[in-house]
Amino acid sequence: MNEHQSDNAKALVCNRQEDLVRQKGKNRKAVSTEKVLTVEELHVSFKTFGGEVQALRGVSFDLYKGETLAIVGESGCGKSVTANTIMGLIPQPPGRIKNGKVLFKGKDLTKLSKAGLRKIQGVDISMIFQDPMTALNPTLQIGEQLTEGYRTHHKVSKADARKKAIEMLELVGIPSPEERLKQYPHQFSGGMRQRIVIAIALICEPELLIADEPTTALDVTIQAQILELFDEIQEKTGVSIILITHDLGVVAKIADRIAVMYAGKVIEIGEKREIFYTPQHPYTKGLLNSVPRLDLKEEELQPIEGTPPDLFAPPEGCPFTARCPFAMDVCDRVYPETTQLTKDHAVNCWLQDERSKLVFT
Amino acid sequence: MAVYIVKRFFMMIATILIIATLTFFLMHSIPGSPFDEERTTNPTIQANLEKFYKLDQPVAVQYVYYLKSIVTFDFGPSIKKPNETVNSLLARGFPISFELGMITILVAVISGIILGTFAALRHNGFIDYMAMTFAVVGISVPNFVLATLLIQQVAVTWQLLPPATWSSPLHMILPTLALATGPTAIIARLTRASMLEVLTQDYMKMARAKGLTPFRVVVRHALRNALMPVVTIMGTMLAGILTGTFVIEKIFAIPGMGKYFVESINNRDYPVIMGSTVFYSAFLVFMLFLVDIVYGFLDPRIKLHRKDGDV
Amino acid sequence: MVQKDERVTIPDEWFKPKEKDSDIAESVVRPSLSYWKDAWHRLRKNKLAISGLVFLIVLTLFAIFGPVFSPHSVTGTDYPNQNKAPSAEHWFGTDEAGRDVFTRTWYGARISLFVGVMAALIDFFIGIIYGGISGYKGGRTDTLMMRIIEILYGLPHLLVVILLMVVMGASLTTIIIALTITGWVGMARIVRGQVLQIKNYEFVTASKSFGAKTPRIIRKNLLPNTMGPIIVQMTLTVPSAIFAEAFLSFLGLGIQVPFASWGVMANDALPVILSGYWWRLFFPAFFISMTMFAFNVLGDGMQDALDPKLRG
Repeated sequence: MNEHQSDNAKALVCNRQEDLVRQKGKNRKAVSTEKVLTVEELHVSFKTFGGEVQALRGVSFDLYKGETLAIVGESGCGKSVTANTIMGLIPQPPGRIKNGKVLFKGKDLTKLSKAGLRKIQGVDISMIFQDPMTALNPTLQIGEQLTEGYRTHHKVSKADARKKAIEMLELVGIPSPEERLKQYPHQFSGGMRQRIVIAIALICEPELLIADEPTTALDVTIQAQILELFDEIQEKTGVSIILITHDLGVVAKIADRIAVMYAGKVIEIGEKREIFYTPQHPYTKGLLNSVPRLDLKEEELQPIEGTPPDLFAPPEGCPFTARCPFAMDVCDRVYPETTQLTKDHAVNCWLQDERSKLVFT
Repeated sequence: MAVYIVKRFFMMIATILIIATLTFFLMHSIPGSPFDEERTTNPTIQANLEKFYKLDQPVAVQYVYYLKSIVTFDFGPSIKKPNETVNSLLARGFPISFELGMITILVAVISGIILGTFAALRHNGFIDYMAMTFAVVGISVPNFVLATLLIQQVAVTWQLLPPATWSSPLHMILPTLALATGPTAIIARLTRASMLEVLTQDYMKMARAKGLTPFRVVVRHALRNALMPVVTIMGTMLAGILTGTFVIEKIFAIPGMGKYFVESINNRDYPVIMGSTVFYSAFLVFMLFLVDIVYGFLDPRIKLHRKDGDV
Repeated sequence: MVQKDERVTIPDEWFKPKEKDSDIAESVVRPSLSYWKDAWHRLRKNKLAISGLVFLIVLTLFAIFGPVFSPHSVTGTDYPNQNKAPSAEHWFGTDEAGRDVFTRTWYGARISLFVGVMAALIDFFIGIIYGGISGYKGGRTDTLMMRIIEILYGLPHLLVVILLMVVMGASLTTIIIALTITGWVGMARIVRGQVLQIKNYEFVTASKSFGAKTPRIIRKNLLPNTMGPIIVQMTLTVPSAIFAEAFLSFLGLGIQVPFASWGVMANDALPVILSGYWWRLFFPAFFISMTMFAFNVLGDGMQDALDPKLRG
């Protein structure tokens, strides 16, 4: 009987391991090489009473058509600021985009006027927020919240917008949508609300969907359903997704590529399997080791000691130096250049320099 | 919603009952009852009093009759003015006080909301700074001080506007200004504070992320939520404006109910004080009741909370 | 490649394990201030609130010592010198009985501050007991106590105060009694809200599990943590009490002549406003407004300073 149980446990472990590398969607075409979005050297700061917080300090990555890029990192590493910058939601002031570009369809979004941005917000790029309990306006019927963006951008009649809204609610799996349109957010459960938020984000058929911790506020069982929904929708619509999360389980389930952020910089980026199986940056390794896993003994679970640096006065060199078990003198002084390991995997770490190999043998 | 209204309605009745009872027994506790014969100089008045208050009966019976008369909207006679009753004074004075109060409320609500909204949208900007300076000054200067200063400067020194009475729209400007400044300041501050709170909500970010026009984002998404707290203080605010009419009417010699009320205080016309207090309280409590109902309609959570009972 | 070149410029000797200095990680953490120090620190930055505080201190000093140093008495009449404009002899002028407005103004400050502070203190005591019990006990006790509050809250306060004043007769004591009979409700609500919020914090559960008795939990844990909003409420109660006193005086329900409060002085000045005796209205009006202003900005400043949400 005991043996049987442990077999079950093993099966679970295996499933999970397979999950880690599972390429989502069976009939999925190879990831396209067509770039949807290019972020180049993005620097964003915020003025506060205590001084200037340098939230982003040179963030660059590409996003390809139909893929899901997960941006992971601890809280405060700049992942949400990245999302908000792309979305044009950085309040200025106190925020300021100091440098860099966000190229979408040949346009630099950081240079667009507010009116210009509005033509893209909700139409070409839309966003899903962390907490579905607060993302919906409590005093408006969900029908209005669903259709208002669609009606603003497409100038359609109320009846057509309503039809579209019903269609969207069906797509995200909300039963009897006609009646639901007249209801208010508090009449829905958390999972249902997140489905509505997703329906709102998708109603204009955007090319890019930014999901900022879309499952963090949900129960685990609901999380799985919502992640499934993401997969389904991506298969149906071919939308590209940027997924902001700190949950590596979520990443393993639906990401194609992963960007690891630390203290306002992308320190490692690559295809999911490469990051999971051959992480190069000590921080990425630490991140993966700090996730509890069934197949590892307890002592192998290693939290990363220390806290991230103060972004009021970020260090000149690699920001992870103070917490890094492999820190060298050079790490404090100079930020490492990007090393392209494979076509799909790049890292910024001095350990990639040959000279470091002599130090740690 | 029906349950909610019924509940509020009974609260209202209870409050009016408490006020009426309190008034009755307080007045009876005055050393040397205010209804004593020595206090009145006029036999007609004395007869009226005895008839109305059933002074020949025990206090308990008087109380019952008193409650009965209130239910029938009869607030009793005056002891200083022969052949006048609270009702006749109300019929003459209240419409004017009501007009003053309503104009004030209208001015305060409209300008307060506009001021508060712009202050919040330009948080820490020049408009914000100016609006909040005005607000804190407006809250600090008592309405009777403002009224007298306005008369002295605008009416006497500059001779721009008439200093007293309520006879034309021009005459209404100074009293309204004096009475509305405080409430405007309070509404502006409250609107600003709750607007600032609302502006940080996720649903505001979401509304902006939909690419809606700024007008729609502010008016449709922010304002309605931001105005909830403003609605809740409307009751207290009405009470403040109403008591404010007492001094404003006195200062500007406006022949409203407030003037009669202050007069009745000064010459200790107890039945009029009593009757007006009960009438005013009932009026205010009724307004509070209306405000609660409006709130119930504005906030879907209240309405359905009561109906579904599951959330 | 440029990148390669750059790498070459980095000296080889930098490639050695970094000496561990534990200080770095520590030094990043900014010094944490205690709640009150932190609040005071932030309040000090608020110039308006601090000027309000300074004004109130100066006013209090004048209220205490002003009448003492003035050669004129508060009630002393001097009919030949009635309604004299401000001069070297009478800094703020005289009133219709020739009484010195300067002396009367500071006397009025005593009344206003006394009424305001007493009302706030009594509200505080009643409110903290009622609200504390209601919030801490919870359940049916709370429901019942809150129902009572709800009804009391619906009463038009100033009307009740007027009624009480009419019945009790006008004096300083009756003003304070009338104001507190209606005023404690707001404080009780705030205290209850605070207690409810804090009651479920872990440290309270912790001390309960150690067997701490109810009063001890209230005294040791709940009180210090509820003080912030309560102090703000007290600060804001003072100006409304000062306003109410002046308002009642204005209706003829205040302190009786020959004694002076700001409201009485302003009320007395009203009939002569058209005669150009501006000082009789100006000084009491100015000081009522300034005092209320000072308390309001101080209360606002403290609210901002004590709100931990803004800490950052």
